[in-house]
Amino acid sequence: MNVLLDNFPAFRDGFIGTVSITAVSSLIALVLGVVVAGFRVSPVPPLRYFGTAWVTLMRNTPLTLLFLIFFFVVPEILFPGMSPFVLGSLALGFYTSSFVCEAVRSGINTVPLGQAEAARSIGMTFAQTLQIVVLPQATRTVIPPLSSIFIALTKNSAIAGAFSNAELFGWQKLMSDKGYDIVPVFIWVAIGYLIITFTISGLFRLLERRMEVAR
Amino acid sequence: MSGVSVTKDAEDAAPAANDLVVLSNVNKHFGALHVLQDIDLTIARGEVVVVIGPSGSGKSTLCRTINRLETVDSGDISIDGKPLPQEGKELARLRADVGMVFQSFNLFAHKTVLENVMLGQIKVRKADKKAAEEKARTLLDRVGVGVQADKYPAQLSGGQQQRVAIARALAMDPKVMLFDEPTSALDPEMINEVLEVMQQLARDGMTMIVVTHEMGFARSAANRVVFMADGKIVEEAAPDQFFSNPRSDRAKDFLSKILHH
Repeated sequence: MNVLLDNFPAFRDGFIGTVSITAVSSLIALVLGVVVAGFRVSPVPPLRYFGTAWVTLMRNTPLTLLFLIFFFVVPEILFPGMSPFVLGSLALGFYTSSFVCEAVRSGINTVPLGQAEAARSIGMTFAQTLQIVVLPQATRTVIPPLSSIFIALTKNSAIAGAFSNAELFGWQKLMSDKGYDIVPVFIWVAIGYLIITFTISGLFRLLERRMEVAR
Repeated sequence: MSGVSVTKDAEDAAPAANDLVVLSNVNKHFGALHVLQDIDLTIARGEVVVVIGPSGSGKSTLCRTINRLETVDSGDISIDGKPLPQEGKELARLRADVGMVFQSFNLFAHKTVLENVMLGQIKVRKADKKAAEEKARTLLDRVGVGVQADKYPAQLSGGQQQRVAIARALAMDPKVMLFDEPTSALDPEMINEVLEVMQQLARDGMTMIVVTHEMGFARSAANRVVFMADGKIVEEAAPDQFFSNPRSDRAKDFLSKILHH
């Protein structure tokens, strides 16, 4: 009679689904966000324009619309036959990368200009200056906003459920279709999300503390 | 390196092949402000040139254009016969040959003193780690901060940080060293320890362009004094001549304000 115990395999699949789509799209968002932030502060104008366009486009498009484009437009013209998981992760990862980019860029702006000038004056290229001197010093300021961004990403992953992905929020629909009382269903779903989001904020707090010790 | 002695004569006119840094007809604006106006300046190998002048006269900007940390609007700058390239790999390579010391030190805050001096050797010169460390330690000893090697910059005094910054620049084996007001951010008691390192460098025959307010250093170490005001080079002379008998009224006015009170 217990909604969780009776339907545990489906709940577990949903939970794992949410964790995997969160993990994969976080990785995409992080890598892409840092690269695009590099573009936005680059001395090469075309890269800067691309970075600005990317952020404007991804950040201002409603996520649901982005999912629609990825599921119904992208497979038609570009890569047919991609799994819903890949498409969902890409949509969510691209969307979040614009927020990551802006957080990283604000971190870059907190590093004194003299640091980059010193790096350039000993002959480092722009990429080396960014990688070796500026980004490591920006990391500490970027961690708190990144934590919020990845928590938001976790919750945004619910939209992937509407696009044939098995994930936590989709389990709720499954259960209410079966006629269970929705209050306990929602409580279990909330607990599932809390486990993930608390883990994320815990990880980031740990990182933050580690950085403090280092300097 | 040619063993130029630190006699203070303005040097017999050096042959063109010996010119290391040449600026010709350089102009730069910051908005409406014309900070550099038709600057012509030639620095010979082994020469120590001190640039002085009132603040806002463009001397720091001049110094920063030489390794293209500031771009110029018109005119040509060449180093060792090569014109300054556009931003990119080639410019990076050229910058490695031009050491720069900043007013605010700009040591890499997240690296130890030793790592600061090793970084350029490893990442830019592709030296192996062991050789880089050995050279870094030698240089740190030479500027007198060898015992601080494992500390972070923030744990050092200003004078020590500036000496590390000099060692960091020297680690690249530069052809010329630029000093942009290297002692202006220091407590008075720390100025001398930095100036002594610079004097030693001058005695060793390093080509140096020094923007400073330290008239004592200009007198004792410079081959030539360049006096700038309002974006122009007003006067160039040997230090003795400049300080005892300035030709321009602007220089007389400047010297009367700083030397007598």
